[in-house]
Amino acid sequence: MTRALIALLSGLLFGAGLAYSGMSDPARVQAFLDLFGQWDPTLAFVMGGAMLPMAAAWVIKSRLSAPLAAPAFDLPGTATLDRPLAFGAILFGMGWGIAGLCPGPALADLAIAPGDVAPFVVAMFAGMAVQRFTSSRSQKPTQAGPK
Amino acid sequence: MIPAFPNAMRVEGFMGGLLIGLAAAIMLLGLGRIAGVSGLAARATGIADTGAPRNVAIAFVLGLPLGALLISQTLGAVHVSFPTSIWPLIIGGLLVGYGTRLGSGCTSGHGVCGLSCLSPRSMVATGMFMTSGFVTVGLLRAGGLL
Repeated sequence: MTRALIALLSGLLFGAGLAYSGMSDPARVQAFLDLFGQWDPTLAFVMGGAMLPMAAAWVIKSRLSAPLAAPAFDLPGTATLDRPLAFGAILFGMGWGIAGLCPGPALADLAIAPGDVAPFVVAMFAGMAVQRFTSSRSQKPTQAGPK
Repeated sequence: MIPAFPNAMRVEGFMGGLLIGLAAAIMLLGLGRIAGVSGLAARATGIADTGAPRNVAIAFVLGLPLGALLISQTLGAVHVSFPTSIWPLIIGGLLVGYGTRLGSGCTSGHGVCGLSCLSPRSMVATGMFMTSGFVTVGLLRAGGLL
């Protein structure tokens, strides 16, 4: 229960940050990727802002033997560079550019423009399901990033 | 297909970014996990059967629209501008869903969480999806689709 509440708080702050920063607007995100159009640098400021608390959090994490409300850290590996990582990132970048949406803003937009974002969200989960059922081989890490 | 956006939001972007970073820090220090939206969304819906506990994933995913709702209710309507055609949304959604699962992460997991601890995997992934995004939008513009 406590853990679900912490996760809810994290999601809430994440969604609020996306809406406040303008990242819930597909046109603004696409404009960041549009180097030859009317380029909008906002996304770079968002990434810069997000780095600061997280950089501090990694330093604090290195001094903890366990997280505050769970028995152990459960973090993905950081070293292995493989083909799925590269292909997946390229395909994701294509979709991100075409729609101006990635998973966080798409889910946050369910509260702002549900009718507009619904086709994207449905297609996104369909894409995730297709990936799951076509990857017959090895098990894959479920999340991004660091150790 | 999407109208151009003339005015950048530098201050709001930075402040919103701080909130996003704080959210990810709470996930890391509180629950020992990466706040990776694609992974948590796949877990919440049952598409992934490993990863965060189901209730944690569901709570996080529900928080995203609730947080956006909080902003729109307290600070006024949040401006969003969507493609006028449904096709970019469907094609983009399929690619984002498939690609983030294959590549083990998206802008939040690889971008925010992975870059901030200098994970080689995440640096490669972020470099590739950013480059791919720039090239894709550049091609759309060159093809007269923007």
